[in-house]
Amino acid sequence: MPERKIRVMVAKPGLDGHDRGARVLARYFRDAGFEVVYTGCHQTPEQIASAAIQEDVDLVGLSCLSGAHRALFPKVVQLLREKGASDITVIGGGIIPEQDFPMLYEAGIKAIFTPGASLDSIVEWIKTNIKPH
Amino acid sequence: MDSLVKKICAGDVRLASRLIRDIEDKLPEAKAKIKKLYAYTGKSFIIGITGAPGAGKSTLTDALIAALRKKNKTVGVLAVDPTSPFTGGAILGDRIRMQRHAEDAGVFVRSLATRGALGGLSHAAGDAIHVMEAMGKDIIIVETVGIGQQEIDIINHAHSVVVVLVPGMGDEIQTMKAGLMEIADVFVVNKANRPGTNQLQTELASMLNLASKNGKGWQPPIVMVGDAFEPGAFAEKIAELERKIEEHHKYLIESGKLTERMHRKAMAEINDALSACLLEPVIQKLASTGELDSFAEKIKSRKADPYTVAEEIAKNYFIRQDKK
Ligand code: B12
Ligand SMILES: Nc1nc2c(ncn2[C@@H]2O[C@H](COP(=O)(O)OP(=O)(O)OP(=O)(O)O)[C@@H](O)[C@H]2O)c(=O)[nH]1
Ligand SMILES: [Mg+2]
Repeated sequence: MPERKIRVMVAKPGLDGHDRGARVLARYFRDAGFEVVYTGCHQTPEQIASAAIQEDVDLVGLSCLSGAHRALFPKVVQLLREKGASDITVIGGGIIPEQDFPMLYEAGIKAIFTPGASLDSIVEWIKTNIKPH
Repeated sequence: MDSLVKKICAGDVRLASRLIRDIEDKLPEAKAKIKKLYAYTGKSFIIGITGAPGAGKSTLTDALIAALRKKNKTVGVLAVDPTSPFTGGAILGDRIRMQRHAEDAGVFVRSLATRGALGGLSHAAGDAIHVMEAMGKDIIIVETVGIGQQEIDIINHAHSVVVVLVPGMGDEIQTMKAGLMEIADVFVVNKANRPGTNQLQTELASMLNLASKNGKGWQPPIVMVGDAFEPGAFAEKIAELERKIEEHHKYLIESGKLTERMHRKAMAEINDALSACLLEPVIQKLASTGELDSFAEKIKSRKADPYTVAEEIAKNYFIRQDKK
């Protein structure tokens, strides 16, 4: 029996144009055998949530290096909930000060990775925590 | 009506996308669901967009969506990108160009990976189209992976095929007579502000001239699309493209060619379904018992040839069926 393939989305919310990390991640996820939808930069939380549902992904990975994560990350989680898609896991990464972790976890972000996080550890986290829908 | 069928026909995006995924992952229950849905399919107009990698297929698709939405048509998009043969993963990047429509409830974009299919699409493409048809999309656009000459499965799925060419690839048309060049209902010469545009246009026109000598029927028009980054001129060209596609649709209906194409499509569907219900279970069974490997060994060491092996498998399989 063929097994379920993990589908993930890598998205960049807000005006942040630092897309190197997101691209590196997308490629690494592909090499880990995932199907990766990449949305590109400058996405509103609404666009991200709606695309995640259209693509039936298991996980949305948000990347933000501009400092706007406090507003944008929780908004994506909230929108997914409103659209009946709270089973889609949301994680994030980028320049995120440690003092913001609690509020992000509180808002429903399941994991946060900052510069220096090894790509393998991220893939490992996904493989351990995501069971495809 | 079955509740799943009801919800999908009412346009439930979550369920529709999940069903498409079940098809991609070849879950046994997916087939049963498609069977129930099938009576509600077949009413959408299907446009195929194909051409070389990077030719601008997604950018054109995005623009076409915008043009169709202005006319209040609902649109489904299936965007196919390649699966890595080494890792089985895929980056599905077509959506980047279409994200401005993400919040529009009249547009449903679903990315598909090829998962080893060689015809420029995914094995799930046919049924994914069915799902979007059941959702009641007026128009379904199918963007193939970037293709060479022969990955032309799109003709078994689309009513109108748009082939996107770009200038600057030398005298490619000479060598591209077969395959890709024959399936076009409408040609787009994209990025038509680049060097080589005139040459490409001339070659294309003369090729089409030669082809048209043997009869009337549809003459594939050529739409010259300039730079996507000059919004005014670009929008005009997209409107022209949309008109040509519509004209082709009308032609199909009036000439009776539409029923011909539907027939061809039905034949292809039988072919696919038959191989899925006959061939795949056999292969799976042989793989699970290890027989497939031992056959491969025999062929490798030239103790057997593939035809004899295939005949033997066929014989065994049908004898087993008879005994039941
Ligand atoms: C390269 C870079 C640029 C390049 C960007 C090129 C590009 N296309 O990406 C350029 C030169 C364009 C640039 C511009 C700017 N930059 Co800059 N830039 C950097 C720099 C040096 C490295 C970023 C990088 O690419 N890292 C490599 C990638 C692989 O790492 P990463 O993105 O961090 O990703 C890793 C993790 O964070 C995590 N991760 C990231 N995202 C995600 C997502 C998920 C889902 C997961 C699981 C993990 C994850 O995983 C990755 C692997 O470990 C950083 C400094 C730094 N050390 O981070 C500053 C930095 C991000 N930039 C900064 C600034 C201020 C700017 C500018 C505003 C500067 C200006 N005044 O013009 C502009 C704004 C650009 C814009 N449009 O947004 C600041 C941001 C400050 C802040 N947040 O408070 C930084 C931190 C520099 C600093 N110390 O001040 N920048
Ligand atoms: N100059 C110019 N560039 C264009 C035009 N249309 C698209 N591009 C660029 O060409 C590149 C590829 O465009 P896409 O629309 O992604 O092409 P595609 O055929 O969908 O590509 P694949 O799906 O990867 O095969 C992008 O960088 C676009 O910005 C155009 O009309 N003019
Ligand atoms: Mg594309």
